[in-house]
Formats: sequence, C-alpha cells, structure tokens
Amino acid sequence: MSSSRQQIFSNIRRGLKRDPLSGERLDQVRNRLAAHPASTIPARSQLPPAEQIALFAQMATEASAELIELPSLDALPAKVAEFAAANGITELVSASDSQFNQLDWSTATEVTLSHRVARAGDLASLTGSFCGIAETGTLMLLSGATSPTTLNFLPDIHLVLLRQSTIVGSYEDAWGKLRARGQGMPRTVNMITGPSRSADIEQKLQMGAHGPKRLIILLLRD
Amino acid sequence: MQIHSPEFKQRAGDALHNAPLQRALGNLREGFPVKRAAAVARMPEFEQLRNEGRDLKNHILANLDFYLEQFEEKVSAQGGKVHWARDAEEARRAILDICRNANAKTVTKGKSMVSEEINLNDYLEANGVTPVETDLGEYILQLRGDHPSHIIAPAIHLNLDDVSNIFAEKHGTPYTDDPAALMQEAREMLRRQFVAADVGITGANFLVAETGSTIIVTNEGNGDLTQTLPRVHVVISTIEKVVPTLEDMTLFLRLLARSATGQEFTVYNTLSSGPRRPEDQDGPEEFHVVLLDNGRSEMIGSDFQEMLRCIRCSACMNHCPVYGAIGGHAYGWVYPGPMGAVLTPKLIGVDQAGHLPNASTFCGKCESVCPVKIPLPKLMRHWREREFERHLSPAGFRFGLGVWAWFARRPALYRWVNRSSSWFLRGMAGKKGRIRSLPLGKGWTAWRDMPAPQGSTFMDQWKQQQGQRQSSASTTKGKS
Repeated sequence: MSSSRQQIFSNIRRGLKRDPLSGERLDQVRNRLAAHPASTIPARSQLPPAEQIALFAQMATEASAELIELPSLDALPAKVAEFAAANGITELVSASDSQFNQLDWSTATEVTLSHRVARAGDLASLTGSFCGIAETGTLMLLSGATSPTTLNFLPDIHLVLLRQSTIVGSYEDAWGKLRARGQGMPRTVNMITGPSRSADIEQKLQMGAHGPKRLIILLLRD
Repeated sequence: MQIHSPEFKQRAGDALHNAPLQRALGNLREGFPVKRAAAVARMPEFEQLRNEGRDLKNHILANLDFYLEQFEEKVSAQGGKVHWARDAEEARRAILDICRNANAKTVTKGKSMVSEEINLNDYLEANGVTPVETDLGEYILQLRGDHPSHIIAPAIHLNLDDVSNIFAEKHGTPYTDDPAALMQEAREMLRRQFVAADVGITGANFLVAETGSTIIVTNEGNGDLTQTLPRVHVVISTIEKVVPTLEDMTLFLRLLARSATGQEFTVYNTLSSGPRRPEDQDGPEEFHVVLLDNGRSEMIGSDFQEMLRCIRCSACMNHCPVYGAIGGHAYGWVYPGPMGAVLTPKLIGVDQAGHLPNASTFCGKCESVCPVKIPLPKLMRHWREREFERHLSPAGFRFGLGVWAWFARRPALYRWVNRSSSWFLRGMAGKKGRIRSLPLGKGWTAWRDMPAPQGSTFMDQWKQQQGQRQSSASTTKGKS
C-alpha cells in the first residue's frame, strides 16, 4: 500500500501548501521532539516529597485502591500472608522477581507463590512497580522479564509493591525516570489508577469489570 | 454502521416519543455534565491546559507529515508494522489480511469508533472471522445486534431491563436485574474469549511519534486483555491522532479524563510499543498499526481543519441540548452530537448528512466545554452555507430566506413591515398577550403559545437611543 501512503502524505502537504519540511523548519520540529518540552504542570504535582507521598495515598484511596503500609521489605511476606488468609487466597501468582525471592517466606505457610504468567481463573497476583505518580494516585508498571503484563489484568486481586522512594509528583517526572533507565520503551507501560470498573449499565458505577476487582498497594516506607 | 443520516428528522421525532429512550437519556443529562464540572473545579490550571491543548494540536496539524513519518519509523524500529489506508475498504482489507496470515478464527476487540467507521465487524464476519466485542457496553450491543449511540458510553440509550433481557436470552442464564451480577456474567463469558482469540484489535487514543507507541485509555481493562493475550495485536487508528512526545500525550490525558467522564484519571492508560521483547514472558508476537485517512487529509487547509483537533472526549454531546433530547442513534451514523454534526458531513457527504449541522440551537455550550476549543457552532455554520450554496436545502427554506433577503435589502420597507407585523401580532394576541396559533408557524405554536411582541421594534428603539445619546453628548460639550 505504498501508493496509499504516498497519496495520504501528498494530500496532507497539498493542504499545508508546502513540500516535506526542510532546513530551519525541519530543525525546529526535530529539536522540539528531542527536547520534549512539558506543558503546564499542575501546582499540586509539584509538592515537596513528603507531601507527594500523602497526596499519592489520598488520590489512590479516592480511586478505590487499598493501601497496606510496610515498615520494611522484610515485613512483606507476613503482611501478604495475613491478607491472603483473610481473603481465602491460597495461591499467589508472581514472576520470579528477585526482590520477592530474596525474602523469607517460611512463615507464610498458608499461601504458595507460583512463578509464572497469569491464567484465567487466578485469584491473586503479586507484582512490583516502576514508580507511583502522586498527581492522581497512579502506579506505573513496565513489562519485562520479571513483570509479565498478564499479572496486572487477569487475576481478581492485584497486589503491588510500591516503594515510597519511587513516588514522583507528575506524569512528566515519571517519563523522566523512564528515559533515565536508558533502555528505550518496554513493550507495555501500564498506568493503573484503582481497580477495574464500568458504568456501561445505566451509568451506574460497578467495580471489577474485566481487570482486577481489587487493587492492593503495599506501600513500603523506605 | 449503515448510514441513516438522511432520515434524521424522522428519527429525531421518533426519539422524542420513545419513552424508554427518554428514561435512559436522563442518566446522561444528570451524570456527565455534573462530574465534569466537579473535576474541572479541582484543577485550577484547566483553562490554561485547554489553551495549550488547542495550540499543540494546531502545531501537530501544521507538521502532521513529519510526525507521522517519525511515528512509522519508530514503530518499524521496534519490530512493528504500519499499514496506510486511504479509505474504509483499504483498512478492512489490511486487517483481514493480518487475520488470515494468523489463521484467526476469532478476534477480540477493544472499543474503537474507527472500527465502527469502517464497518469492520460485518466485514470480518462475512469473511469467516468472528469478532467479539469486549467492552461491556459494546458487548451488550453486539448481543442485541445494536450499535453505539455515544462515543464513550456506547449503550447509554439502553436501560437495565434491556441488559437483563438480552443476557438471559443469549447466555441462557436466569434473569437478573442486579447490575453487579450482570457484569460478573459478562466477565466470565468474555474470559474464555480473551484466552481463545488469535488476534486482538484495539483502537488508540493517541499515537506517540517520539516512541512509536499507541495508547489506549479504558476503565474496564478489556483493552489490555485484548492486546496482551492473543498472538497478534492490531491497532486501528486515524492519522490525526499522532502527538509528538510523551509530555504532549500527557497534556491531552489530563484534558481527556476530566472532559469525558469527570475522572481525575482513567483507570488504565496503557502504552504499547512494538511486539513482545525476547525476554518477555507474555504479550503479542506481532504488532500492527492500521492508519486510516478516510477524508481527514483533505480537511487540512480547509474550513474544517480545526475539527481534526478533536480528542473524542464526548463533552460536546454530553452538554448538547439536542443530543440530550434525541440521543445518538437519531444522527444516523457513527459520530453523534456536535462533533458528529461537523465530522459526519465530511466523512459521508453533506448531501447525506446535511440535516446534522442544522440540528443545533447554536447555544455554544459545546464550544465552551471542548478541551481543545474547537469552534463547533462556526463549523456547523460553514456546513449550512455549503448546503445552501449547493442547493441542498429544501425549497420552502430557500424561498423563505429569499423573501427575507429581498426585504432586508430595502431598509425602509423592512422597517415598515416589521412595525406593522408587530402591530398585527399584538392585535392577534388580544388582552392575554399570547398567540395560540400562528399562520406559517403552526409547528411552533402546536406545543406552546407565542408571546406577543412588546414595545416598539428594535430599529425604532435603536434610533431613539442614538438620538438621546447624541443630544446628551452635545449638552456635555456645551457645558465644558
């Protein structure tokens, strides 16, 4: 369909009354693309770090996410086991993520950790996260070897570890972090704000449409 | 979707007398505008963001060829493929070819109005591929053989009992009118489809040139399952959706959620860049982006270029008194409300959709809530002018306008007729000051009385006021 492509581009250029960009104008748009300037960033996303964490917690809760605080990473297995027991969860699906593998799970006897991608019918998953965005209480997760995307969508309950040191104010801060990784774009970037929902039946909000019915954020005070 | 726009008047009339539809539309009128207003009030920078959104879209359109080339280059560099489609037929064929190469029997679909624009489902079905809609609203509509009446709340024209009935009939489950139970039913039914599908088709809210990414914005998570589980992911989108950078996309995301549903942020904002990487454990092995033009490139440099700024938030229809009274199906095609009244005549022809830009009170509410400040009333007026120029408006309308123009060019006569018809109407109204039935205006007075003109005519008042101002100005001068 190269002729279709040509025709679309020549239509666009005819409308713009010019040939392909060149010279100074081309440099201008190239520079803009490379500099990726931000538009106005809301004042509420530019708070000092401590207030950002409070804003994250407030906005995430407002979006119906549930927060469990962790005083240390070592406390994670016990907290997760406690949550699992209270909610009838016997199996947690998780990738083989070193931050979880290095923990001592011997006390969490009631729940098993399965290292695989998620399948239909899974009750709960446990994943890490790349960062949190205070502006709207949003989690950012990146797909990768230890973070398959299905874990974020198939299970009924999604437990996510968020280190409070990774909470940023605005989405722009998060893009900065992503670029600083220096690995280009992963296949999938998920921005998740609360559990799945739909208002398609009479505009009345129901939680748990196709994605997780509950989103549990394990907020690590690091 | 089949085109029914020429029957607009009949369909609008039917809609006004359709009691269940009127009940359903009540949910819209009471919901979206209130939620939007609350979200906007929480964001003091919102007006500034609207101005920046408008300016950024103008910048993109002025450099559209450059950004589309950048996007394509990045998609290819990550192992994806861009397919260019001039029209619906080319887009459908590109998608069918991808499905055939994947030996696909069923495809799951995230919500996409562009797929409605190219009538994709019927085409796939006719060619042996079964499409399964996975957005809850779209799924309900597919079971009913129905079509969306709103661009983000597709089943807004239905009531709870419609959903209960169709689920009981098609799923063979006991009747329930519990919305939570209905949603659970759909969730379980669609789980099987997500896993079984060979190809997943989603739309895209934006295309990011910098990274070669497409983004979908959903609350349900159906789009994510659609694009993660099958072996092949196809994105169907249009050329004007490209944005330069992640930061630029961010500006539009801030505007979109608040303008659409009044949320601070939509639950799932998902960027897809190419197929799965070698180290990934899941995700599609193929990534295709079908970019449709369908008349959009011809809007550049035309009177209608500003319409290409649209980010499909639906705020214009949510606030429109006409849409609120008749719903989306009356408009007879994919895009209803004010944005549809401007876009539809371009996409299917003003001869087919000429009624749509006429169905406006020009109250201006649509423009006042548009996140990218599209002057929708002005653009509708352009269509009215085109329609008149091309002699498409009805004979009675043209005759009336001709008579008015004849008088308007003869000011003395015009003023005399104005004055005497005002006297005449006052006489007709009698003591009550109201006219129950007006000659040539029976359609109007059938539903309400016409109040009699009060006082003198505008021209007379103007003349009097100017006279007063002049005499007071000369007095002031005399005193100094």
